Order: sequence, then C-alpha cells, then structure tokens
Amino acid sequence: MTAENKRMGIVVSGSSNKGVEVRLDADTSVEDMVVGRYVTIEGQKRRFFGMITEVLLGVTDLNLTQTPPDTNDPFIAEVLAGTGTFGTLQVMPYLTIGGDIDSAVEGPQPVKTVPSHYSAVKLADDRDIELVFGKEDKERFWIGNPLDMETKLCLNLPELVKRSNGIFGKSGTGKTFLTRMLLIGMLQKSACVNLVFDMHSEYGWAGTSEKGRSVKALKQLFPSKVAVFTLDEENSRNRGVSTDFVVKIGYNEIEPEDMSLLRQTLNLTDAAVEAIYQMRRKFGNEWFIRTSELDDSEETKKLLNRLNIHESTFQNLQRGLNTIKRLPFIQQKTEQNAVHRVIEYLNRGMNVVLEFGRYTDITAYILVANLLTRRIYSQYRDKTEKAMSGAGESPVPLVITIEEAHKFLNHDIAEKTIFGTIAREMRKYNVTLLVIDQRPSGIDEEIMSQMGTKISCLLDNERDMDSVLSGVSGKSELKSVLAKLSAKQQALIFGHAVPMPVAFQPREYGSAESYKSFSDTVNDSEQAKKDIEDLW
Amino acid sequence: MDTEEIQRVGEVIRSATSGFTAQCYELDRFPHLGGLVKTKNIGAQIYGIVFNATTGGIDPGRKPLARGKDEVSEEALYKSSPQISKLLKSEFEALVVGYKEDNKVFQYLPPQPAPIHSFVYLCPTQEVIEFSRSFEFLYTLLNSAVTLPHEELIAAVLRNMSLVQEDKHAFLVSAGKHLATILSGDFNRLRTILERIRQ
Ligand SMILES: Nc1ncnc2c1ncn2[C@@H]1O[C@H](COP(=O)(O)OP(=O)(O)O)[C@@H](O)[C@H]1O
Ligand SMILES: [Mg+2]
Repeated sequence: MTAENKRMGIVVSGSSNKGVEVRLDADTSVEDMVVGRYVTIEGQKRRFFGMITEVLLGVTDLNLTQTPPDTNDPFIAEVLAGTGTFGTLQVMPYLTIGGDIDSAVEGPQPVKTVPSHYSAVKLADDRDIELVFGKEDKERFWIGNPLDMETKLCLNLPELVKRSNGIFGKSGTGKTFLTRMLLIGMLQKSACVNLVFDMHSEYGWAGTSEKGRSVKALKQLFPSKVAVFTLDEENSRNRGVSTDFVVKIGYNEIEPEDMSLLRQTLNLTDAAVEAIYQMRRKFGNEWFIRTSELDDSEETKKLLNRLNIHESTFQNLQRGLNTIKRLPFIQQKTEQNAVHRVIEYLNRGMNVVLEFGRYTDITAYILVANLLTRRIYSQYRDKTEKAMSGAGESPVPLVITIEEAHKFLNHDIAEKTIFGTIAREMRKYNVTLLVIDQRPSGIDEEIMSQMGTKISCLLDNERDMDSVLSGVSGKSELKSVLAKLSAKQQALIFGHAVPMPVAFQPREYGSAESYKSFSDTVNDSEQAKKDIEDLW
Repeated sequence: MDTEEIQRVGEVIRSATSGFTAQCYELDRFPHLGGLVKTKNIGAQIYGIVFNATTGGIDPGRKPLARGKDEVSEEALYKSSPQISKLLKSEFEALVVGYKEDNKVFQYLPPQPAPIHSFVYLCPTQEVIEFSRSFEFLYTLLNSAVTLPHEELIAAVLRNMSLVQEDKHAFLVSAGKHLATILSGDFNRLRTILERIRQ
C-alpha cells in the first residue's frame, strides 16, 4: 500500500464548466505542481478525480507586489509563503471515484458537479490511478505511464476494439511503435483478430528504430499467433522473414469499385471512372485485361463510339490500368485466392500481417487494402447476418489496421469506400478499424467523430490538432496538453475506452526486457510464453 | 517557599470583563510585559496578558520626590528612609484573553470578570504551552483598547511565549502566519510585528 498523499491545498472557488481553483497550503511548493498531474478532491459527499490544468501565483495585499519585503530575510519569507503570498491551481475534475452510490457500484463516474468550498486537495496516489484506469489483468493491457508518474496506465482492450480507433501524430513521434505495442496487446487480450496492412513492413517481422537498430515485431514474439503474408516475396526473403503466404492478385479479381478509390492517386477523371463500369458491363469479369489491351484499331474506336466514351477519357483510363498492371503482384492468373487464405487464417484465430515490401507506393497500398477489405468485409457481413438469424456462429471480431488513413477516409471518398462504411457502423458486422495517420485534418470530419478512442502524439499543425480534438469536451485544456507533448514517445489518449483523457508515455519497446515484459504480463496464453522462451 | 508563592505576582484591585488591574506584593516586582498571568473565578481560571506596569504614591495627592542625592546606592536609600516603601505601590494591568473551565481553554472573554482581591499568578511553563496552542487570542489583542502600540504588545507576547516552546522558530513562524491571515490587507502592520519577533 502506498502512503496517503499529503493535503496540498483547498478548493476556494470553481464552476462545473471551467473547473475549480485550489489555494495551495503554505508548505506546498508551487514549483512541485505540474500541469497534467492528477489530483483527488475530498468533497463532502464524493471524492473527485481531476487534473491540474494551470498553476498561478497570488498575493493578498497589493503592497506585497509593489513594495516586496526584504527577500533576504528568510523568516519573513517563510511567514508570507502560503499566507500573504500563495500559489493557486486550476483543477479540472473529470470523475467521481467513490463516496456516492453510483461510483461505488459502477466505478468512476463522469463529473456533474463541483466539490464544495474548502474541500481538501491531494495528489492522486497509485490506488486512485488504479481505481480510474484499472489494473493489468486478463482484459486490461499496460500501455504506458501517465506523464511524470510511476503508475501503470492500463487500457481495456475488448472495450477498445468495440469501435474504430485512431492513432495520430506527425512523422517520427512514435505512431508505429505505439501501434506495434497495441497490436501485441490486442492479440493477447482483446479476443479479436488483426489484419494489418503493413505499408513499410515493420509490424510482422523486424522493424527498425531511428538509430537503425532493428526491433522485433509480432511474428518473432508470437509465432504461434501471427502469420506474415507478403506482396513482395523477394524482399521478404532477403530480409530473412519467415512468410506464410505470398499474395498475388489476378486481373479478374479487380472490380470497378476497387478502382474508384484510386481516382485521386491515378488521376482518373470522373468520366474515366464512369467508363470502367461500362467496360465491366461489356466485358464482365475480364474487363480489366480486355480494356487494358484494347489497341488503336478501328474496332476500338467503334466500341468507344458506341459506349459514348471520349478518346481522351479512354486514354486516361488506360494509363491508370497500366500503372496497376505494372505492379508485379498483379497477374494474369493466380493459383490461390488471397482473400480465402486471409479468411482461413483469421478464422483460426491467427493474426495476419500483410507486408508490402518494396511496393510502398500509395497506389499499391490503396488497391490491395481496399480490394481485400471489401471482400473480407462482405464475408464477415454474411456470416454475422447468418449468425443473427440463428444459423452458425458469428465470426471472431476483426480489427483492420491501415496507415495513411486520410487517403481512404478523406472527405471526397469516405462516403464511398468500405473503410468509411466500417468506421461509421461501430462493429455491426464484427469489423472495426485501427487507423494511423500523420495528417488527421485530411480525414473526413464525420469519420473522425465516429472513432471511439483516439491516441495522439505531437502534431505540429493547428488544423490537425483541431481535427483530432473536435467534439471533445474540455478541448482547449486538452489542446494545451497536446501541444506540450514532447516530440517522441509521448501521447494523449481520450475517448470511449478511457474514463478520462490522459497524457502518457508509451511503454518502452525494443529492449530484451521489453520483449520479456510482454510475455510476463497477465495473459491466458501459455503458448505465447513458450514462444518467448524459445526466443531467448 | 512553596511553588505557589513563587508564581504569585499580585492581587486584583480593579476588575472588568475585558481586563483587570493587580497590585504587586513587592515594589517594582512586576511580571514581564506580554507575560501570561491567571486569576481565579468561581470554577474558572481567567487568563490575562500583562501590558502596563506602574509604580507611584499610594496617596494620589502626594507625589514621590527624589531622595537619594547623598546616598551611595539605591539600597542605602531605602535603608535610611524605610517608610517610603510603605507610601508607594506597584501595579500592572492585564488584558483578559481567555479562560479555562473543566480543563478546557477558551480564547475569548469569560462570562464573569475576575472577583476583586483574587490572587494573580504567573502561568507556569506547561500552562503557557497549553494556552499558546491556538492563536485566536491574537485577534483579541489586535482589537483591544490599550495605551501602547498593538504591534509592540503582540511582539512582546510572542517573544515571551516562544521562550518556553520546544521549537521556537516553528512557533514564531506559525504565529506569524496566523497574523498574516488576520492582517491580510495590511502588510505594513504585519511587517512591523514580524520585525520585532524575528531572531
Ligand atoms: N515506445 C517506444 N519505445 C522505444 N522507442 C520509441 C518508442 N516510441 C518511439 N520511439 C523512438 O522514436 C522513433 C520514431 O518512432 P516511430 O514509431 O517510427 O514514429 P512514426 O511512426 O510516428 O513516424 C523510433 O524509431 C524509436 O527510436
Ligand atoms: Mg511510422
């Protein structure tokens, strides 16, 4: 048990909107007070849990600022500290953590009032934090420590994955490291499976840290739970990755809907997108290859005429199709259907990481992510609907991780894409998203507001901060916290899965101890433990 | 001599709710300015703070005259004119700052004044410590009608009381803090007192 923290001061004024003002006791040094720290307030009927949002200095008599006393006299200074001169805090109460019936029965409750005058204020201790953020257990995963605190910050993962979530931050702030850690948590504790579209090949097998050091990734740590699929066999082989499946996509697997999402990256005109659907009606399944192989002949001209497709539109379309055709993993024929394989793995409870190897081009990424997701989603939908009508089991909940999310979810296309649909419908069909982005202002506002929980590292752009925080209460206080995060390995988490916003330092990732700590955590998988032991 | 004899410093000769005047048993043997004294009431002890000491003729019409021109010392003077100590008296005034009843100390005015002719004692160390656990009496002192500056009197009281405390410095600081709250809008008065009690 930790020792009770000492009283620091008392509430002297406040409002339920703006929080309360706390007058510090004489023996509490203002300099020990840090914005972002957690405090508890002993109200008459309830205990409140809040955060310091501002630290200020005050005097009772203006003479003290106009003719300051002899500061060399320690006696006078000591007498004045906390009486004539004093520190005050602005504190935002977020929760009640006991005292009233609701919070005793249901745990911490959102605050609807303010503590009464002269309620005592203390720094929150480990037990308070634990009460609010829970203890590591079968469902709660340790993601880091609240800033300046030793206490573990734990996240209820089954709760988290009930909705789509986002991880944001400018480049180099730690999004990838954070995501990797969350994925580990999810595969241990969330009772869901993951499908990761791994643009830079850093989640499945070794990723690199900034110092060029390589860090272990999911399959190395949990080989029995993770499969690595690749689009670039050669690259994976050269990197020594043990892959489970090489993904190829056949021409006839590409549908017009897969193309419309590529409008922006392929510079297709509206007319060209329209033409795709016409070609599909004309050529059926073969539309892709047949359209791309149409030559300059009279016949083609006649066809275009008949379909009322303009010459320049056709050229625009063909250029687009050829860009795709040049992607080496797009082939005439495929031996095995990638969608089936992914689903087969997911059904077995295996997490699938699809690495893109050298094909980090956004066109390849959007095409593949969209194509696979659309098909997997439709299978999930069918299965879920069947299960709801009593036929068969519902599928294991699935979390799909995508990077560069604004390319899928920007305002112009969010309406039309599968990702927009998933983000909006909150796990109706057992599928949710984990989106990663460095430019959240590029994501459709409505989609942003639908996200359950957001984790944001430092953002340098005002618009990005506004977009991440839009619709959150206490936005201006949080914005100042967000803006003060350090450039690396610090983040703010808020939303559905946490009882209140917290600035925290994500768990260290990359050292031998850190790998070990992931297997040491309370988890139900003996196998995972064995995996790690084999590694060491 | 028993202990009570040592502590007894006089006898009440004028009494009021807010204060009393006591005559000393020996000429010029006053308790200190700012000292804590007590006197008995029925069932209660009344505490006072010594603030004004005087010695003069018993007969207000006869003023003392200088007599020692040819004497070698003050003792010699009293020896050659033994009658003068009978013609003079020493008195001090005390401001009532609280009382004790059923073993509880109250730092506000008692319901009854001290009876005339009650004996006045100097409070022993333990009792000073007990009384000075609270600083409410400082408020009474600050608002009293006394013939000397309040700052001077309060400083004297605190210096006296600090002598018997285990942690003298901590005592003075916490008294200072209490004054700082009472005088929160008047830093200059506060400073005057603080400068008289710092070591
Ligand atoms: N939790 C962490 N543990 C250890 N190092 C970290 C952590 N978070 C960030 N870093 C360091 O910061 C660098 C950038 O992180 P990264 O996740 O690649 O940023 P982003 O994906 O946002 O561009 C990493 O290479 C690593 O050195
Ligand atoms: Mg990254």
